[in-house]
Formats: sequence, structure tokens, C-alpha cells
Amino acid sequence: MMQITPKENQSQWVSSGIPIIAAVLALLLAAIPLAFAGAPILEAYGHMIKGVFGSLFNFTEMLTRATPLIFTGLAAAIAFRAKLWNIGGEGQFYLGAMAAVWVGTGMIDGPPALMIPLVLFVGAFAGGLGMLGPAILKTRFGADEVVTSLLLNFIILIFVQMMLEGPLKDPMGLGWPQSEPIVDNAVLPQLITRMRLHAGFVLAIGTAIIAYIILAMTVWGFKIRAVGENAAAAKHAGIGVNRTYLAVAMASGALAGMAGVSEVAGLKGYLTADLSAGFGYTGIVVAMLAGLSPLGVILASLYVASVFVGADSMSRAIGVSSFIADLIVSMSLICVLLGGFFARFNLTFAKKQVDTK
Amino acid sequence: MMDILNIFLSDSFWAASLRIATPLIFGVLGALLCERAGVLNLGIEGIFVVGAMTGWMAVWLGANLWGGIIIAAMAGGLFGLFHAILTVIFGLSQHVSGLGITLFASSAASFTYRTALPQVSSPPRIEPFRALDIPILSDLPFIGPVLFQQTAMTWLALFLVAVVWWVMEKTALGVAIKAVGDNPEAVNAQGLSVVKLRMGSVIAGSALMALGGAFLTMSAFDAFFFGMVNGRGWICIALVIFASWQPGKALMGALLFGMFDALQVRLQTEAGAFIPGQVFLMAPYVLSIIALVIVARKADYPRALLTPWFKGQR
Amino acid sequence: MLSPSTTKVEKPLILSLRGMTKHFGPVIAADAIDLDLQRGEVLALLGENGAGKTTLMNMLFGQYTPDAGSVHVFNEDGQETVLPSGQPQAAIDARIGMVHQHFTLAENLSVLDNILLGTEALLSARRNRKSARQKLSKLMHDSGLTAPLDTRVRDLTVGERQRVEILKALYRDARILVLDEPTAVLTPQEADMMFASIRAMVDDGLSVIFISHKLHEVLAFSDRIAVLRHGCKTGEMNTKDADTSSIIRMMVGADHEAPTRVHGIPKQPILNLANVNTKPSKGGQGLQDVNLTVHAGEIVGVAGVSGNGQSAFAGLISGLVQPTTGHVSVNDQVIQKLTPKVMLNAGVGRIPEDRHHDGIVSNMSVAENLVIERLDKPDVQQNGFLRKASIADNARNLTQNYDVRGPGINARSALLSGGNIQKLILARVLETNPDLILANQPTRGLDFKAASDVSLRLFEARDRGAGVILISEDLDEVLSLADRILVMHDGQLTETDSRDRTVIGLAMAGGEQQ
Repeated sequence: MMQITPKENQSQWVSSGIPIIAAVLALLLAAIPLAFAGAPILEAYGHMIKGVFGSLFNFTEMLTRATPLIFTGLAAAIAFRAKLWNIGGEGQFYLGAMAAVWVGTGMIDGPPALMIPLVLFVGAFAGGLGMLGPAILKTRFGADEVVTSLLLNFIILIFVQMMLEGPLKDPMGLGWPQSEPIVDNAVLPQLITRMRLHAGFVLAIGTAIIAYIILAMTVWGFKIRAVGENAAAAKHAGIGVNRTYLAVAMASGALAGMAGVSEVAGLKGYLTADLSAGFGYTGIVVAMLAGLSPLGVILASLYVASVFVGADSMSRAIGVSSFIADLIVSMSLICVLLGGFFARFNLTFAKKQVDTK
Repeated sequence: MMDILNIFLSDSFWAASLRIATPLIFGVLGALLCERAGVLNLGIEGIFVVGAMTGWMAVWLGANLWGGIIIAAMAGGLFGLFHAILTVIFGLSQHVSGLGITLFASSAASFTYRTALPQVSSPPRIEPFRALDIPILSDLPFIGPVLFQQTAMTWLALFLVAVVWWVMEKTALGVAIKAVGDNPEAVNAQGLSVVKLRMGSVIAGSALMALGGAFLTMSAFDAFFFGMVNGRGWICIALVIFASWQPGKALMGALLFGMFDALQVRLQTEAGAFIPGQVFLMAPYVLSIIALVIVARKADYPRALLTPWFKGQR
Repeated sequence: MLSPSTTKVEKPLILSLRGMTKHFGPVIAADAIDLDLQRGEVLALLGENGAGKTTLMNMLFGQYTPDAGSVHVFNEDGQETVLPSGQPQAAIDARIGMVHQHFTLAENLSVLDNILLGTEALLSARRNRKSARQKLSKLMHDSGLTAPLDTRVRDLTVGERQRVEILKALYRDARILVLDEPTAVLTPQEADMMFASIRAMVDDGLSVIFISHKLHEVLAFSDRIAVLRHGCKTGEMNTKDADTSSIIRMMVGADHEAPTRVHGIPKQPILNLANVNTKPSKGGQGLQDVNLTVHAGEIVGVAGVSGNGQSAFAGLISGLVQPTTGHVSVNDQVIQKLTPKVMLNAGVGRIPEDRHHDGIVSNMSVAENLVIERLDKPDVQQNGFLRKASIADNARNLTQNYDVRGPGINARSALLSGGNIQKLILARVLETNPDLILANQPTRGLDFKAASDVSLRLFEARDRGAGVILISEDLDEVLSLADRILVMHDGQLTETDSRDRTVIGLAMAGGEQQ
């Protein structure tokens, strides 16, 4: 007989340690698929570590990779805190990038002090609208936002392709479906010369701190937490539950939209339909690994980015499929889920009593 | 207008509708079984990928087609077991666990595929299910091409609709599954095992979902591509709500969807000159959202959906 | 009322619980309890809320696995069997049936499906429903307990659901029947009818354990009484030898006196409902043409069987339900659009029926829950930022003044006991000196001490000049607290001048039954 009982004292120390244990465990479990692929395991880990910490360039590449993940991770974290299931980060990412390209490729030009905030704002706004739709469908019609925001990803991606073959297409692009480059004044500046790391990273960190302050210290954060933990009680207490959902949707979508802006204006310079390497979806994992804490999102993003960058370099060195990175990241998520369970509950196995006739 | 009428009169349109509906029928039935027992399975998208990959690979490695089907179902069931352990035994968030399963299943399938076939420029092909050729029936006008020139998997899907309907409506098992999705305590108090019923439903449902994926590589196409599932799993999650968790309506929903999709392809060729093709590509997803919005308010969700149950907890 | 059977021959033992023990975390819910049941007797298990009655029965029935102790059953020949613990199926096989306080029915299934659930082979294609129907119609005939077999449970009244629960047990040939607070949701007349049916079956050899905290029922219906307190058995006696005050002492541990009511002095009207109709709410009736005035300084009690419109009524006063026609005014101000915020600002304090579901956010701290209704007030926030120090001060004051005990103001409020959660809600509501207080089932599930505290607070608020609306299923509570009594039936609210249980009971049933 298995018995599950809640723990009386949940140690803060244990619950914050869980993601770390889960992350390490997932990395260790990666040995199984590596062995399955016939790779030399220790060597493979060596390549992974070198891929991240081997040089300044590698390390900044990792930070570059973490930048959009911080944004999409925050997008998921803040929405999930309100139990608004925004699974549409991927679509909102593209909406943000598309809006940035729309205003940033010559429609308006001005000094960077004007252009950079402008593309950021427009991108964030577009991303916000991308989640506002599902949130309205949820509050007005009771339509499950999981499904609507998910399906919207597909719609938006097709829309992006359509735009890239139409109005946004670069006439100089040799027929490739890509947009014109963002004007120089709207490009996020590099942080270190000859490295790809850009100001988006600093912006992401700052945003995470602001998100933390909002959730922990403001009335609005209080409302978000209350709605997420118990919407019925929040409503009874006079908190505008639907209004909170809509505001959170706007904020969450905006964060995912900023990820898109950051990628297009900080890294790539122009929009293509493969701008995102699944950042919207990975952001969900990041948020879960972070226990939905905004500051935790920073750490979780660095971890996930390390896995991707490290696995890429390993993949190049010893020829193992780079899908190993997705595998490690998804296993981390499952480990952290299970870890959260064992932090909250005791599992005891009682011996079955024998039926004495 | 005449063109549209012609589309509806053509047998190829109706045959295509049924063909497009087939993977969705498997998927909706699977989602129905899971949700009727009270477990949302967002692992569906990943399980489709797993079904597509394993079914295909089994055949590519030498199994016969039905062997491939069985392997795909077992692989799907395995990931269902995983989801069931996380959500039924440990009572973890069904949303998050499901998304985790989708990520895990699709990356595991992709990794396995890449590892088995490291350097191929064009994906290797298998000999897929062929259209049935039934003497007399297949040659009937209209009905022949629409119904009797489908592949065996389409017939399997239709057969499974009947099986699931029979189980849900006519057996004590179905009653118990519906009860466990409504009030697990009722089932427990009558001496049945909530955990076994829920786990069984999730595993069986996931196996069905995997068949939906297997149809893609073993019947609709003859090879495995990354990204070939393309949201079909999510569409099933919308369709099952549209179908009020009833097998008959699930079939109707999938067919309706197949019809619109088939229509969309045909309109695209008709109207492609004026409207960008992408507008039509969006249609299935837009339709799913519309369907969901229409039924959302009156949707009669299984009451215990998303609610974990622990024995003897208060 | 029925008289207990008077023949007292020593009957053969049918069930014996020995040393039953169960912990929930640090709480010991049952501490080495022994209990014997004889064939053909009604044993009443009496105790306050939280005394361990339900826990004990859930162990008997295999819903909970005991930490220690064993369940012994005896067949006709006196042969003894020990039941394996934690398995409802074993209890069912030993022909023990349990009627839970919270119905264990699947609402999406028919009555017949619910009764047959678990009795048929899961995959057999041929289900013999014909013989099942025959057996059931005989059972219904013999017991006098009837239910529409092909109706979905969601369409049944509470009374019907209760009968389905009993039929479920009888269908499985129960020879031991456990009834957990069976009358909580019934009118007095319905309760009497149920007792009559069960007494008839007991005379045919059924053995019954009957859980209650209502003394008058227990005295009228049982043969023997066992009393539990804090998880221990504190007494056992034959009903005919029982003496009320000693039983109460065994239950409460001290002499108990319920707060006595002094009649309030009604002043100006606070709340007025004029021809209010609403849609149905939470599976209950909607309000039908309700007119009501509540004055300052009075407690208006609303009695009735739940599902008759209480949800809609409470929702209306809480600002969660809109009237479809008619209007609501507070302090002579007509409220145009009812929302919780508007009602709060109009001076209405609300104590919700389901304190865990609607009353607190259990994963937020005690301090946060104490200010959740006043987030816009200057002592709670400044420029949108929470004033943590002031919120903490507020929490320290309120937890002290209202005696809210728990692990501290920053602990999750989930860690509080039911009584302390209710005190937290009372503190939050009463601290703002509301003009009108809606108290919906305010003492449900609380022990005597906690319930008395709540009652005293309501009296205090009334005497300070608040109007109080008390909604309760417990007629005794309404009788002991209310200055004026209204009965809710079928969405309608009618005032009664009587304080007689039978008269009010008739009104609760719609006045149609004899």
C-alpha cells in the first residue's frame, strides 16, 4: 500500500534546492541517451562544459542564448502565477519581432534614444495583444486559453510567413522570405566588441527584477497571486478577477513580445520565419524550473541556455544529435516536477496486512 | 459558386475529408478517454510524434505494417503511463506534466530518429498502407472511392469509434470511467480503484493518440519528417470539448474538421490567385478556436477534470 | 418522533473495532478507539466536529488506512474475520455499507448506474439490469426509500440523493450500515421518515452506526450511545440510561452553555430587497420574487434545506449574483450593479459558506488574507506598493483581538484549523464595522467552543447596531440566534412567527406534506 501524506514543514531550503538537484539529475540522466547513441560519455560532457565555459566567446554566446529565454520565461512565469495558461509565447514572440520590424525598417527613423524604446514598446504591445485575445475568449466565452493560445502559435507563424512573402519582404533579399534589416538606430547595442551579446541581456535582467518587485511588493502583484491561488476567494474579496486576467495576459504577452524584439533588433537584425528556436515553448520550461519566481527565471535561463549551447558544441565535436539538448531540458522539467512533489509530500510504503481468515 | 458546388459533388473531396479526419479521430478518441477519466493529457502532441516515429521505424526495421501499429500504440501507452504516474499517482499539475510529456516525447522521438539515421539527405521511405481494394464495394460509384478505397487505418479508426462508444455506453467499465471523471470518491466508495481506472484510461487513450501519429507516417505519407504533426494533437484537444466528450460527436467533429480542411485545399487552388495561400493554411487552427468558443460556455466538462485524488486525504 | 426499541436482550456481536488509531500530521484524529456493535441495534456515535467520528468510520470502511488497530467482523455463526485495512472492497465484501456525509455519487450518471457501480464485472457485455431492477424495486418497497432509477443524480434533490446513498448500501446486502450525519441536509419531517424506514430494517436484523452531533436525534433514535472527544472514546451507555448533561460533558469536556440570546432591538432599515428574482446559482434554485427588509440591530435567520435558493440569496448579498428583475438597496441607496467591491464599499461584510473555497486564499499568509478586502485603503498601500509594516501591524492586532491561533501572521493560512480560519474571516469582516453582515453557515463544522465564539461575535455586532443575516441549514442554530425567522423554499422567502420545529419544518418542505 502506498500512502501519500503532506509534509508538515516544508523547508524553504529544500524547495529552493530542488531545481538545482533536478537540473543536475537531468544532466546525469543524459548519459543514457548518450550511451544509446554510442557516444563516449565523459568526453561528451567535457565538450559540453567547454562549449559553455571554454572561452569568453562561448560564454557570451550562452548569455546571448539566455536573453530571449529570460523574457519568455518571465512571460510564462507571470501568467502561470495567475493560473493563466499562456502557452502562446512562441506566437507572441513573433508578433513582437514582426511589430519591431514593421516600425523599425524605415517607417520611422530617429536617434537611438527614440528608436530603441519605440521598437521595444511596439513589439511588447503587439505581443501583449497576442495574449489578450485568448484572455478575452477565456473571460467572455469561457474558452480554455491553453488550447486557444497554443493554436494561435500556428496561426501567427503562418501569418509571419505570409507577411515575409508579402508586405514585409525584403526586395533586396534575393527572393528569400526575410524582412528588410532593422535600421541601425533601432539596433540594440553590443555589450562587448566582437561578441554577439547585446543590450537585450541587460534589459532582460532588469525586467526580471522589475517583475520580482511587482509580484512581491505591489498591490497588483498581490492581486495576481490571489487570483492564481484561489480565483473564487479573490472574486469574493472584491478583486476584479477578469480584469486581472486581462492585465496579466497583456503583461505576459508583452514580455514574450520583447523576446522577439530583442532577438530581431539585438541579434539577427532582420526577421525570418525561423527566428525563434522554440523560445516560446522553452520559456515554459524555464518558468517551471524557476518555480515561477522571476529571479529564478534568470538562473533557469542560464542553465537552459548552457544546455543548448553546450550540446551544440558537443554535437559538432562528436556527432551526437543536438536533439539531446531538448531531451535534457525536458527531463529537467520532469525532474523538477517530481522534486516539487517530494518536497511537499511524504511517500510511505506500508506493508499490506495479511487477511487472517 | 458552381465550382464550390462541384467540390461538394466530387467523390475525391469526401474521400479526402475522411482521410484528413482519420488521425484526428484517433487523437480525439484518445483525449476523450483520458478526459472522461478526469485527466487532461496535453502530452498528445508529443505522443503523436512518438507514434509517427516508432510506427514508421518499426516498419523500416523490418516489422510488418500491423506490427508497426502495435509498436506505435505501445510506445504511446508508455508515455501515457509516464503521464499517468505524474498526474494520477503523484497528483502533479496536469497542464504542466502534459506539456512536459510533449516536450520529452517529441525530443526523445526526434533524438532517436536522428541517432538511428544520422546522415540522410532525404528521409527513407517505407511501403505504407495501401488503399483497400474490395471487390465490388470499391468499384461502387461515389461510395466506393469515399469509403472503400481508404486505407485499413481509416477503417481501424472508425471501428475504434464504435469500440469506444460501446465501452463508454454499454459496459460497466465505461460507467466506472465516467464516474471517476465526475467524482472519484464515488468510485472509491464502491470498492473500485480510482488509480487503476485513471491510469488505464490514460494509457489506453495515449495509445490511441499514438495511432493518430502512426497514420501520418504509415498511411498518409511514407516517411517521418520533423514537425509533421504540426499541431494536430492540440486540435484534438479543442475537438474533444467540441464533441462534449462523446465518441459519436467526436467522429462528427473530426469529419467536419476534415471536410473544412479538404475544402480549404480545394479553394486554395480555385482562389489562390487572389488570396495568399497562407490564409487557407491558417483555416484549420482558426476553425478549431471558433469551434471551441462556440461550445465553451455550455461545455459540460467532466467535473473532476484536472483534480488529483489521493486516497484517504482530507 | 420514534421511541427506541425497548427490548434489551443481549444480542450477538457483529462488529468490533479494536485500538483504532489515525494521525493527520501532528493531529491525532483517533486514539486507540475500541467500539463494539451488536446485531439489530442502532449505535449512535456522538461527538463534536473534529472529535474523530468520521475518521473512525472512514477507517472502518477502508477509506483511510489506520496507523494502528484492526476491524473484526462476525458472521451469523459468530465466526470472526479481520478486515484488511485500507480497502473499501473488503468492507463491502463484509457487507458493511456507508452513507457518507458528503455524498459519494457521480452526478453525470443515472441513479441505477450509481447503485450498480462496482457490482458488475467491468467488461461483461451482458449486464443483467433486469434482475437488478427487480431487486431494487423490492428493496425500495420494503424499506420505503424510493428513488427514480433512470434519472441522472444531478437532477435529484438532496433528500433523494440521500436515499440513493442508502439504497446503494442496501443493494449490496449491507448488514452493517453506517450513517454519517444523515439528517444534515433534510427537513425534520424527511429525517423522521428516514429514521422510520431504518428502524424497520433494524428490527429485521440490520445493525446501524449513526453519527451525529445532534443530541435530540440521538436520544430519539438510538439504542446505545458512544461518545468521542479529541479522538478518544469518553463514554458509552444505553440510550435509555442516558442523561443529557452528562453526555454533553463527555462530548465537550466541560459543562457547556450555548450563548443565550437576548432579543435585539431593531432600528432603521439597512437592506431592502424589492421583488428580486435571480437565475439559479451553483445548482440551487434562483430567487423568486423575494421581498425583504433587514434592520440595524437584528439578526434575521434564514432556515431551509440547501439548494432552495440560499446560494443565489447569499450570492446576491455578496455581490456575486445579479438580480434579473427587482432591486437591492443598502442604507436607502439602490445598488445599480452588484459586485463584491460595491457591496463591500456599501458596508456589507460577508462570511462565505465555504470558508476554504471562497473565504481565504490558503496559500497566502494570514496577514495578506486579513487585508485582501481592503487593498485600496491607505493603510494597506501607498502608490500601488504594499505597506508591509502596516499590514503586519494590522495582522498582529487582529489575530490578538480575535484570538486567531496558528503558526504566525506570515504563515500560510492553510495551516490554520477550521475554527481559526473562521475567526480570521470574522476579524476581517467585523473590523470594518459593517452595517450589514451576511453570515452564511457560519458555524458549520466548528466545535462547540468555536461555534459559541462565532455566535457571541454576531450578537456583539448586532448590539453595536449592525443588521445580520444568518443563513443556516441547522434549524437549531437559527432558533438559537435569530430574532426573526424566514424560511427559504423553492426560491421564495417567507417569514414565520413560529419557533416550533414542526411548523418551521413544514415550511421548509413547502408546507405541502402533512
